[in-house]
This record gives sequence, C-alpha cells and structure tokens, in this order.
Amino acid sequence: MIIWLFISTGVFLGWSLGANHAVNVFGTAVASRMVRFRTAAVLSGIFVVLGAVLSGEGTTRTLNTLGAVNAIAGCFTVALAVGLTVAWMTKLTLPVSTSQAVVGGIIGWNLFTGSPTDTSSLSKIVSTWVIGPVLAAFFAFALFWLATGFLKNARMHILHVDAWTRVGLIIGGALAAYMLGANNIANVMGMFVSASPLADFSFLNMPSVSGTQQLFLIGGLAIAVGMYTYGERVMDTVGRDLYKVTPLAGLVVVLAETLVLFLVTSEWLEGVLAGAGLPTIPLVPLSSTQVVIGAVIGVGLAKGGRGINYRVLLRIAWGWVIAPVIAGITAFILLFFVQNVFEQQVVRRTEYRLDAAVMEELSRRGLDTTALASLSGASIEGASEFRQILEKQRSWTEAQMMELFTAAEVDSIRVDSLVALTRLDSAALSPGQRRALFAIHGTAFAHRWQLNRTLQQGDPAWRIPDAKGSEAAAKRMRGIYSTLYTVFQKR
Amino acid sequence: MDLLLRKTRNLERQIDEYLDLVIRGALEFKEGVKCYLRGQTDDFARHMRDLETTESDADTLRRSIETRLYMETLIPESRGDVLGLLESSDRVLNRIAETLAQFDVEVPTMIEELKPLYLDLTDASMATVECMVTAVRAYFRQPDQVRDSITKAMFYEKQSDTVGDRIKRTVFKMDIDLSRKIHMRYFTYHVEAIADEAEDVCDRLAIATIKRSL
Repeated sequence: MIIWLFISTGVFLGWSLGANHAVNVFGTAVASRMVRFRTAAVLSGIFVVLGAVLSGEGTTRTLNTLGAVNAIAGCFTVALAVGLTVAWMTKLTLPVSTSQAVVGGIIGWNLFTGSPTDTSSLSKIVSTWVIGPVLAAFFAFALFWLATGFLKNARMHILHVDAWTRVGLIIGGALAAYMLGANNIANVMGMFVSASPLADFSFLNMPSVSGTQQLFLIGGLAIAVGMYTYGERVMDTVGRDLYKVTPLAGLVVVLAETLVLFLVTSEWLEGVLAGAGLPTIPLVPLSSTQVVIGAVIGVGLAKGGRGINYRVLLRIAWGWVIAPVIAGITAFILLFFVQNVFEQQVVRRTEYRLDAAVMEELSRRGLDTTALASLSGASIEGASEFRQILEKQRSWTEAQMMELFTAAEVDSIRVDSLVALTRLDSAALSPGQRRALFAIHGTAFAHRWQLNRTLQQGDPAWRIPDAKGSEAAAKRMRGIYSTLYTVFQKR
Repeated sequence: MDLLLRKTRNLERQIDEYLDLVIRGALEFKEGVKCYLRGQTDDFARHMRDLETTESDADTLRRSIETRLYMETLIPESRGDVLGLLESSDRVLNRIAETLAQFDVEVPTMIEELKPLYLDLTDASMATVECMVTAVRAYFRQPDQVRDSITKAMFYEKQSDTVGDRIKRTVFKMDIDLSRKIHMRYFTYHVEAIADEAEDVCDRLAIATIKRSL
C-alpha cells in the first residue's frame, strides 16, 4: 500500500508535466485557432498514453545510468521535488523542461546520499539540451523554407491550404503527443522502474503487459489528465507570448518537434543507423519545451529574424538554468526531512568492499590504488560513508569515484543459467555465450564486474562493444547484463 | 479526408460563384447603360431586372459564405481580411445596382455629344471592377499575381477620373440650364464612384496580401 503512496508522487509529476507540456504539442494549433482546445486535449491524451506504453522504455535506461535512485522512498522524494518544481514553474507560466528538473532531482539525490554521478551520462544528457533546440531550429528553418516554396508553386486555394494545415496540425500534434509520452515517461516513472510493485500481466492469449508498461500507463494517464485539466491555462499564458505564429508556421514547429523527438527516441532508427555503420544519436529524454522553442526560433530566422521576442526568450532560457538547480536543492532538502523526520530509507544501504580482487580490478581500470593501501580488505556500509573514507585518502574526480563505487559495490549474485535463459529472449544469446553461461552455473560472485569478466573470459561475445557505431549493440548487451543482475540477485 | 476537402471545395465554389456575380453585375450595368443611351427601354429594363436579381443572389451567397467561415472556424488568420474583402466587393455591386436604378428613376436626358464619353466612362469604371475581381480571385489562389491586377485596376480607375473630368468640363461649358448641368454631373459622379469603390477594395486587398505573405 505504501508503495502506491510513493508512486502517487510520480502521478503528481505526470500531471505537472501534462499541464506544462500540453502547450508544446498543440500550443501552436490552439493559439492560431485552428484546433479547439477540447479536441487537442483529448487527442494528445490518447497519444501520450500510447507513446508512454508502447515506446517509453528506450529512454528510461539512459536516465537510470545517471544515478539509480535505489530506494522507493528516495524515488518518492525526488519525484515530489521535481513535481513541485515543475508545478511552481507552471504557476509562474515558465515553460520549464521536466527532463532538466528530473536530472537536477537525481543529482540532488546523489549529493545527499553520497552516490557518484556518472559524468559521462550527464554530459551526454546536457549535450542534447543544446543539440535538441539547435536541431529543431535547423529542421524548422528548412521545413518552413520548403513549405513556403511549395505553396508558392502549388497555387492552392487559401481554403485548401487551411484544410491541409489543419489536418497537418492534428496529425503532427498527435505524433508530437506520442513522442512526448515516449520521451518523457522516463522522467515521470523512470525512477520507479527498479522498485515497481507491478507484476507482468497477461490476459487470455493477448501479448503480456510488463510491469513497466503498466507503470507507464499510469504515468501516461497522469500526463493526459494534466493536459486536460490545466493545459489550457498554460496555453493561454505561455502560448500567447511565445507561440503567436501563423497556422503554417505552427505546423512547421510541430513537425520539426516531432522529427527531433523521433530522432532521440527511436530505437528503430538507432538500429538502422548502427546497421548502416553511421553514428547513432543518443537515446535520452529530451525536453520537448526546448525543442519547440528551438523550432519557433528556426521559423523566426526563416522569416528573416522577424517576430522573435528576445525578452521572452531570455526569460525562458533563465527558467532552463534555474529549473534543475531548484529541483536539485528541493530534492536535497526534502530527502533530509524524509530521512530524518519521517525516518524513511531514501537510499539502499549498500556494502562496499576493497578486497584484493577489487584492488586488482581498479588497477586494471587504470586507477592508482596506492592511496587505498591502508583500506585494503576494509568493508564499508553506505554510499555516503564510503565516499567520506575515500576522500580522506586523497581527492578523486567524479569519474574516478564512479569507478571506485562500481568496482567496490558488493552484490550477492549466484548464477542460475536456466532461469536466465527463460528470462532472456531466445535469440539474445549466441551458442558460445550460452556455453559460457552454463559453464559458470551455480557460481557465486560478490561483485557485478566479476560476473562480467568471467563471462567475457568464457566467450568474447560477452564483451560490451565500445567501437564507434556499435552503440546499439552495446546498449543491447548492457540490457542483457542488467537482466542477469536482477535474475541472479533474486536467487 | 475526402469529406473535409469536399466541404472546402464547396465553399471554394461558393466564393468563385460570388465573384462571378460581381462580374455579371458589372456586365449588366455596362449593357444597361448602353441600352439607355441608345433609347432601348425594354432591353434597359431587362438588364435592370437582371442586375437586381444578381445583386440579391450575391447578398444571399455572401451571407452563406460568411456564416460558414465563422461556423467552421475556417482560415482563422485571414478570416477578417476575407470577410472584409467580400463585404467591400458587395458594396461595389450595391453601388452598381443603385446607379442603374437611378437611371430608371430619374430618367436623365442625355446630351447627344456626351453619349460616347458616358460609354467610355462606363467602360473604364467596369474595367476597374473586373480587374478588382481578378485581383480578389488571385488573393485566394496566387497571391503573387494580385499586384498585377491591382495595377490594372488603378489604371482604369484613373482613366474613369479623367473621362469624368472631361464630361464635367464639357457640360459646364455648354449653354444649357444649370439644373441639367448638375444632373449630368450627378450621373458622372455616380459612375465614377463605382470605380472609386473598386479602388478601395484593391487598397484593402494590397494590405491583406502583404499580411498573407508574412
């Protein structure tokens, strides 16, 4: 029961996201009076839920690597902090980015619990905050140019243009809503995935619905309700300043947004690019707010820079900077209260051991372990305590800290190859990989990396590829390892 | 999709039909004035009746178009401009019908030597209206062509002013009653006013076209 109370903050966050982001999906259509708000809200609600349930899992994984909030009370508090930040910014009529607020919240949790922040994941996410709007501006510029060129030559009647624009706005809005659901459900429910109480569900001969999908359905519905109940108010205020565009420009904005969100959400596209040996685009939860604003600027530039309200833009950019900071600080303060006043466990007590094997592994990873000699064989409980002890020895960069944490973390893993095979897709493993797995059946490991190494020694196909262009294969491999850790831990 | 486009096509057709009626009104007027000047009273009466019907049909059609544009919230960005264009075009047609009716009511005795000038004035005024209609049609389909038609309309409007001025100068130099002179000037003024009204539509259209291109 208490779990549902915790998940309710995710629902609140979903509602805030819906209220704040409805404007990104149908803002231009409603502001240009091409689509009625009620029609827009119902359509976007349906497609947000579909996007969340059918395509939401791709981006969740990236967010999880940033820092796994591993206790349900921690998830609750972080989601609450993010929800409050987004709701407050919505009240101030600032189009805030939920993705940024979530990242701020997770970093707040990392700081509070002493857990390391994966700087490479963080930089990957932050880079898309810049790339997203720039890409959207580029697409919008090109699309606007193409659309005006086409209309000039097509000699269509104004009413025909109107009808097609309306259809385009509805289809584009529905697609954008789908992408919003797929891309942002990770922000709403991603944190609860590892602590989800929902079991897989199957009805008659229908394909089974995973616990994660059920969780995403709840989140998607929360977003839809947020859009319907509060979205109009945000559209009225935010939309008036920012999205006062012609219907055609509005269509271009929505199409550019959909394209960009598709590029950063689609696992299919990633597979196609990787298959063709082209560089892939990182799958991260991208802020649709930033993308839309990028697209609006793109259209403005295509019109020769007319109609861009730089004062409004500056205000929005300011909101982007303060949203993650506020979410991080709020999360930190709330975590303090939840842990010390309500006596809830906001972080799982993890054991860290610096035994000989770990020292060897650290050296292998290129870390100078001489400063750790005095800690050899020590076992420390709690991320915060471990960090403090490490910092007493010498100063470490956040990336080095990440290596230390992942190497020293103690896990009770016992290999059960039969159960593993039932949980993995039958085509996921090659015969060589299976043999390597069977060979260590029943073996216990104290650290995850030990399992990885043993498997890789058994068959090189167990290696996570790190060559350029093999991101999709690497991601698939990490997914398999993640399943193995879960399965073997339960045994 | 087909249903949506069918509705659009239907409205498109109504707008075209409405503009056809404005053109038809102009032609009826031209023929009506010709018949009046030639003394063909029956033909004049027929053209006048036809013009009244055309004007009334145009009114009905315009109201229907306006209602649909509002009810179906079509072209929200340009709706105001389109309604303005339709209404001001309607004022042109009303003035055409009103002027021909005045010929019937007041039965002005036309001075023989001025008849060719009156025919020229009517031609120039109606050419302005025709160019105006072409420009309005272009606004809906080819906004880049609007300018050409507006330029032509302006040319004919200026020509109607020149002919009108000539008629007035000639009349006031004649040795006839002042009341007759004023009567002649009055009819000249009204035919000229049709071109002026069409010019106003063109001015409005020029702004609407700029707005569309933004």
